[in-house]
Amino acid sequence: MEWDWEFSIQILPQLWEGVKVTIQATILGTMIAMTLGLLLAIARRSANEWISRPVGVFAELIRGTPLLVQLYFLFYVLPDLGLLLSPLTAGVLGLGLHYSTYTAEVYRTGIDAIPKGQWEASKATNLSANQTWTHIIIPQAIPPMIPALANYFVAMFKETPLLAAITVLELMNQARSVANYHYKYVEPMTMVGLFFLAVSVPSVILLRKLEARFAPSNS
Amino acid sequence: MRRPLSNHTEQVLEQWQGYIGLILQGAVVTIEITIMGCIVALIAAFIAGLGRLSRFWLVRWMATAYIEFFRGTSIFVQLFWAYFVLPLLGVPLSPLQAGVIALGLNIGAYGAEVVRGAIKSIPREQYEACTALNLTRFQEMRHVILPQAVVRMLPTFGNNSIELLKGTAVVSLISLSDMTFQAQVVRAQTGSTAVPFLTILLLYFLFSSTISTVIKRLERHLSRGLDGTGT
Repeated sequence: MEWDWEFSIQILPQLWEGVKVTIQATILGTMIAMTLGLLLAIARRSANEWISRPVGVFAELIRGTPLLVQLYFLFYVLPDLGLLLSPLTAGVLGLGLHYSTYTAEVYRTGIDAIPKGQWEASKATNLSANQTWTHIIIPQAIPPMIPALANYFVAMFKETPLLAAITVLELMNQARSVANYHYKYVEPMTMVGLFFLAVSVPSVILLRKLEARFAPSNS
Repeated sequence: MRRPLSNHTEQVLEQWQGYIGLILQGAVVTIEITIMGCIVALIAAFIAGLGRLSRFWLVRWMATAYIEFFRGTSIFVQLFWAYFVLPLLGVPLSPLQAGVIALGLNIGAYGAEVVRGAIKSIPREQYEACTALNLTRFQEMRHVILPQAVVRMLPTFGNNSIELLKGTAVVSLISLSDMTFQAQVVRAQTGSTAVPFLTILLLYFLFSSTISTVIKRLERHLSRGLDGTGT
């Protein structure tokens, strides 16, 4: 099997179109995962069992089932209920929703790590619940969470090829269509793999640096 | 008195009875792939995890390359590569083989880090005691280090096997008739979407809950008689 350089260069523009969608999906998905995750984490800590329990079960359910099936669900079932989503919207929502249950765990452990004295001091200084969260808890809890959150950011980036299954034209899907069209699989598929490696491997190194910078000093 | 079911509900139920058999057939395939994948992953994790702790730089380097390579891309990309490219390079794989190997090697790379971390977390005194007792390196691993390290690996291994179970859904895209594939068949043939997909979501959840229960039991069983790790 020979590697066809001319063919590889010829398909680059089409793959680049896919890369753009991949990046777009990663960023939008991350934004959803980060905000929704925080809401989930706060809801799970709620004193009201009618809120904390169902949210907990929901998060477990999402985390225990495949992202691919969730994507199918959003893509095929919601239109039947009258909610028509574009493939990319469904994909971004699915990605964000799935990973929000992971980021919620990161937030939860981060919040749990805040010493009780901080909560008590907030109460003593008569801060409202809102003020306690925005001025005391969240600013202290975020920095140690950064490596774990960045890790999920990279994980979401790697999972975007799944969106191809619901017809989003991201990198994997572009590669597949090029491959099917020319009936040449080696170059496009390998280039997709190399692209992901080219981004992931440096980001692993970056993640280690982040960990060294932000990790709690006791570990 | 029981309220008679509405016509619509009855219809949905009847249809469900028609295709649940198909979905359960898929469930069997999903379970098979999960188990075979876990076996491959476990072997790969131990080889690569121990390899990273080797005295020889070449072995360490190879283990690191394997781990970074498989963690750097997703199961989806690896599976497609194994299924479409390897045959052209002279390694023909059936969908099942491609699925089991890709899943196993992918999760194995994550497991390798768990193996390495658990072994490194065993305190130095244990190694020193082994030296004092004049145990060989193999004896040291086999009788002292690993029995303690395995208990520490279990919780993360549990999470890894759930990730593997979730990864199996991807094999439906290379035409293996697992649970997700069958749900897609049902969707294509009957046009009903919500019920088949909800059914398989619940089944996946049931399987992943089973995995975490089994791991918890195993953890309790294995930590018996070890001090410091048991509760």
